[in-house]
Amino acid sequence: MSKTLAEKILSRTSGRDVRAGDLAIVPVSRVMVHDSVIDAVMAGLRDLGKERVWDKAKVCVFVDHAAPAPTPVVADSHRVLREWVRAQKIPTFYDAGEGVCHQIMVEEGYCEPGTVIVGSDSHSNSYGAVGAFGAGMGATDVAVALALGRTWLRVPDSIKVSFTGTLRKGITMKDAIMRVVREIGTDGARYACVEFHGVGDLPQGDRITLAGMTTEMGAKAGIVVGTPEAPDWLWPDPGAAYMREVTIDLNTLEPQIAVPPRVDQVIDVSAAIGQPVDIVFLGSCTNGRLVDMQQAASVLRGRRIDPRVRLEVVPASRRQFELAMQDGTMQILSAAGAVIGSSGCGPCLGRTGGVLAGEEVCLSTANRNYRGRMGSPNANIYLGSPFVAAVAALTGVIDDPRAYLESSDRDFDALVERRRAERGDRGAASSRSGDRLEALQMAAAPARMRPQAELDD
Amino acid sequence: MPRAWVFGDDLDTDQIVPGRYAPFMVGQDKFHMYAFCDARPGFAKDVRPGDILIGGENFGCGSSREYAVAALKTLGIGAIVATSFARIFFRNCINLGIPVLESSEAVERVKDGDEVRLDAANGILHLPTGVIALRPLATFAKQILDAGGVVAYLRAHGDFPSVG
Repeated sequence: MSKTLAEKILSRTSGRDVRAGDLAIVPVSRVMVHDSVIDAVMAGLRDLGKERVWDKAKVCVFVDHAAPAPTPVVADSHRVLREWVRAQKIPTFYDAGEGVCHQIMVEEGYCEPGTVIVGSDSHSNSYGAVGAFGAGMGATDVAVALALGRTWLRVPDSIKVSFTGTLRKGITMKDAIMRVVREIGTDGARYACVEFHGVGDLPQGDRITLAGMTTEMGAKAGIVVGTPEAPDWLWPDPGAAYMREVTIDLNTLEPQIAVPPRVDQVIDVSAAIGQPVDIVFLGSCTNGRLVDMQQAASVLRGRRIDPRVRLEVVPASRRQFELAMQDGTMQILSAAGAVIGSSGCGPCLGRTGGVLAGEEVCLSTANRNYRGRMGSPNANIYLGSPFVAAVAALTGVIDDPRAYLESSDRDFDALVERRRAERGDRGAASSRSGDRLEALQMAAAPARMRPQAELDD
Repeated sequence: MPRAWVFGDDLDTDQIVPGRYAPFMVGQDKFHMYAFCDARPGFAKDVRPGDILIGGENFGCGSSREYAVAALKTLGIGAIVATSFARIFFRNCINLGIPVLESSEAVERVKDGDEVRLDAANGILHLPTGVIALRPLATFAKQILDAGGVVAYLRAHGDFPSVG
């Protein structure tokens, strides 16, 4: 019988021949724990009557979600976490400033392809970038995995996403995955595994962008097929059964924008040109790597961001930070006026490092634009690529980055001036005549129209 | 009599407890008081133990934050009935012992504030206007739920329920 990647991995790890829909109990090759759940994880272990984790060499612990500590309460929690790590003698510990758990898990080689990894963060799907079955779970599930070295899973159905063609200049794999989310929706891959075909040879960072964002479709896991890290057996069988197949043509892909407050409310950038922004966030496990910072720097080199906009750059890890320093990228971003945050999750989840005020508008390269995600519930968050982010920081509005990347310096500067003038000097976003949120929501609606989607109204 | 609190589709965990009110931001003893503080102001004060949440598609989507479920548990939520659940949220509820039951009818037929009663043994939700049959839980999940959650189950049995 032909198997999907998920069926292959879960059959191999469980030692049983399992198919989609079966329950499987599987050993985990790693358990990832981060700062914001440590109290609940410790409580879970205590309640389970376990003094020690099952295998300290297989536990990876990170301080990244609110790091460095923004408040005394958080600082206390971090202290508790450090004491626990020492008491457990866990060797793999990354403290504040080392970076986002998912970036380090992948780039430092903690994710063994073809194995199951449980992480305490929903974006643990990222480990599929190198062919691992990474699944995010809550604190009690993580405590159970730490206690037993095993977890239970229902073997997921799979969705096959194939990419054809090649990206044009100014378009990124972030645009590609947003196009996929636009197609599949925030729950279209619920309980499923998303298999990515045709992109195994992309740089590792692009594969993390793809695999990590499968979480935004409700997926249990997202796995890239045919990566250089994967062993020979780790291919889906020809004839494997998929619940759905989606093909995205990269040749004709446009820059994509997710309109608040839904990740699947996605439109081509052309529909959003001129939407004013107050703050731009470049970072996260989705887009905080060297290549992302280089893309932003290619727009910002030798220029200053719009004085009415703040630009926050948060590298995904110390390694990415240092690479960006070594090649001059960080210097370009700083000279352009960026605030450089310490490597980690940054303001992505609204806990530290530049959270949003009420009615501010943010263009973020991260993965979520829920109401209240990055600070005030009255702020609005648009999602886009690093190119779009850099242009928004430069002009104060959302625009198509290709217009800048393809023009001469003189035309480039003229376009910046025009956009800045068009934005005008308006106050808070909600009272701006330039704010087009409702129109953009309508533009995005047809693809995913649901009568009850307006839960906030 | 428990009352129903009705929500729509895609209720995300940031709506249940916003990240800025995570237990490690505000303390372990306070975070539940911020449940639905943006989406449904006054909820934490007005909700009564045993009350039932009703939702549409993809209930509990978003982050893995178990404290969203822990807050509901602390407030005494008796069950959640939704058209469908996000996967991590579903696991968290089973693990912490909150019954999560699927029904595509509930969100259509139950009105906010209705008095409702869950008959878990028979998989029926009683409404003022009749009854709704709920989709039965998988035996595996039911065994964990019946024990009061995964910790209680593991303490009693030493291992997961059999997967057959």
